[in-house]
Amino acid sequence: MTPDLECTGLSRRFGDVKAVDDVTFSVAPGSFFSILGPSGCGKTTIMRMIAGFLEPSGGDIRIKGRSMLGVAPNKRPVNMVFQHLALFPMMDVAGNIGYGLRRAGLARADIARKVDEALDRIGLPGIGARKIDELSGGQKQRVAIARCMVLEPDVLLLDEPLGALDLKLREHMKIELKALQSAFDTTFVYITHDQSEALVMSDQIAVMNRGVFEQVGSARDLYYRPETAFVAGFVGDSNRWRGRVERMEGGALEIRTENGMLLRGAAHGRALGPGDVADIYVRPEAIRLAQNEGELARFENRISGRVTSLLFNGAASRILVAGPGGGEEIEVTLPQSGEFARTGKGDTVHVGWSGDQSNCFPAGK
Amino acid sequence: MQGGTRLGFVLLLTPLLLWLGLLIVIPHIDMFLVSIKERVGVGEYDTSLANYGTFFAETLYLWTFLRTAVMSILATAITLLIAFPVSYYIAKIAKGRLQSALFLLCLVPFWVSELVRTFGWMILLRETGVFSSLLQWAGLADQPVEMLYNDAAIMVGLVYTSMLFMVVPLVTTLESLDNAVIEAGYDLGGNGFSVLREIVIPHAMPGIVSGCIVVFMLSLGNYLTPTMLGGKDSLWFTELIYAQFIVRFNWELGAAFGFMLLILSSVIVWATLRLTGQTLRDTLG
Ligand SMILES: Nc1ncnc2c1ncn2[C@@H]1O[C@H](COP(=O)(O)OP(=O)(O)OP(=O)(O)O)[C@@H](O)[C@H]1O
Ligand SMILES: [Mg+2]
Repeated sequence: MTPDLECTGLSRRFGDVKAVDDVTFSVAPGSFFSILGPSGCGKTTIMRMIAGFLEPSGGDIRIKGRSMLGVAPNKRPVNMVFQHLALFPMMDVAGNIGYGLRRAGLARADIARKVDEALDRIGLPGIGARKIDELSGGQKQRVAIARCMVLEPDVLLLDEPLGALDLKLREHMKIELKALQSAFDTTFVYITHDQSEALVMSDQIAVMNRGVFEQVGSARDLYYRPETAFVAGFVGDSNRWRGRVERMEGGALEIRTENGMLLRGAAHGRALGPGDVADIYVRPEAIRLAQNEGELARFENRISGRVTSLLFNGAASRILVAGPGGGEEIEVTLPQSGEFARTGKGDTVHVGWSGDQSNCFPAGK
Repeated sequence: MQGGTRLGFVLLLTPLLLWLGLLIVIPHIDMFLVSIKERVGVGEYDTSLANYGTFFAETLYLWTFLRTAVMSILATAITLLIAFPVSYYIAKIAKGRLQSALFLLCLVPFWVSELVRTFGWMILLRETGVFSSLLQWAGLADQPVEMLYNDAAIMVGLVYTSMLFMVVPLVTTLESLDNAVIEAGYDLGGNGFSVLREIVIPHAMPGIVSGCIVVFMLSLGNYLTPTMLGGKDSLWFTELIYAQFIVRFNWELGAAFGFMLLILSSVIVWATLRLTGQTLRDTLG
């Protein structure tokens, strides 16, 4: 099956800045593909090249196998939901949704019918005559998507469309967007700097940093098997320590941190050897917390220490544990099973995690 | 609190009311009163509409009146046609230094007085002027060409003088149009023309209307440009008013003329707002 969207060696330079540097990926039909990266990493630049507003400096973009180089934006089978939606304030809702159909030269009756259908699809029947500024944020969002979807594009591009919404609505729209995608059965390419948006909705996620793709994979891949230190640090939270590799056996490493703590970790195939400086990433939720040491016998890493602070945040509460000798602080997720409800500052606790959960990377600069 | 805001409101309103009252309402009431006087003898006046009767009875007056209106509308339209692409370029295409430089360029003519500016056009257009000499030098004309003292010369002068007053509101409204909205227009299948018609112009409508109103009023009330650039056959209505007040000392008729001009501009502005579906509030806000 030809992918709906395929970019090969895509690059874009602004003067000396390489905003997008040799990016290659393909998106399977009907899937939800996200590009996740920090602000300024080049996400919008990729989008604008796919939509046709920017010429690539190099590489090719193919949609359903057809190269898009030199094709004008209004002739491409892609549509874009803009960062701030860019609805047409001079038209009513029906005018907005019907705009593309009018441009395609459809008969008036067909346009009216399709607009009504689209309004039903997005769950807002009968608001065709409303003005844009009479809509709520979430309604605008849905109208912006409907405006594109009536044109039945091969690929829908969404540029941080939830960025302007408040937290509650954003949570709601995440689920809604996913539902809309399966309702319209269209390929979505979604860009965001918010990892939870990407993790919840996507079939495939590309993590982007400084113009390059660090890793492309499913949400699980990125979370459990980050391939680079950047991905490990960017997706989810991590304890991060730096140390020197002392011993190596197969993939298992022993690393002594700068503060003298000895940790066991796994290189997962990355090139690390004795003497190398390594960065170790351990997720707070991968660490087991126990009242007595005996429960932790099966973990390679075991540390007893004192609670130095309690970061209460409901279900995502954490504690900081300092090892003996005041070494590194370890951030540990507080289980909500009641066992540790009384744990407070200064209490002694035991923590442990398996060496597999310590992701080690050759240290960056 | 309530009382405080009301007092502040009154204080803010006072200068406005004074300005309106002293400079606009009172002179116009007075002018109206003068215009309905009819001189029946030396120092003897009757109240009648005779002056307005004279205006409608004399074809020269009525003709000049209509000609001035039509020419002003034409000047407004031409100014809009030229200013729109210029403003679009300044607001949406030019970036940084170029943008401010172009904007400044529109302002440059206003650094010199209107008299000098108009005189500049005379130097260019007269029989022995620059254009005439150029045409002869290029062999396109075998004798001096007079380009001054006709309607076209007036039109050139009016458009040139009005340009800035059209460009400023247009640039302001066009700048407020989000680039993403224009891009969305293309993205959803629009071409240059349809984006212009369905998105850019509707968005710029308040600017277009307010620019047009200002330019129209300035043209209608212009005195210097038509006098200096126009010929014997291209009378402007303001010249008639001037003649009545200053040359003929017939203040009563002059006042009636002035009042007719006020009615004309009010009616045309009102009609423009109605036709374009704009309210005065959108246009000014
Ligand atoms: N027109 C331009 N001229 C020069 N540099 C640009 C231009 N557009 C983008 N850049 C640069 O390219 C880089 C990537 O920009 P881009 O807009 O793609 O970032 P982004 O990932 O979308 O960020 P954000 O999440 O903040 O929207 C940035 O360093 C930016 O400064
Ligand atoms: Mg962006």
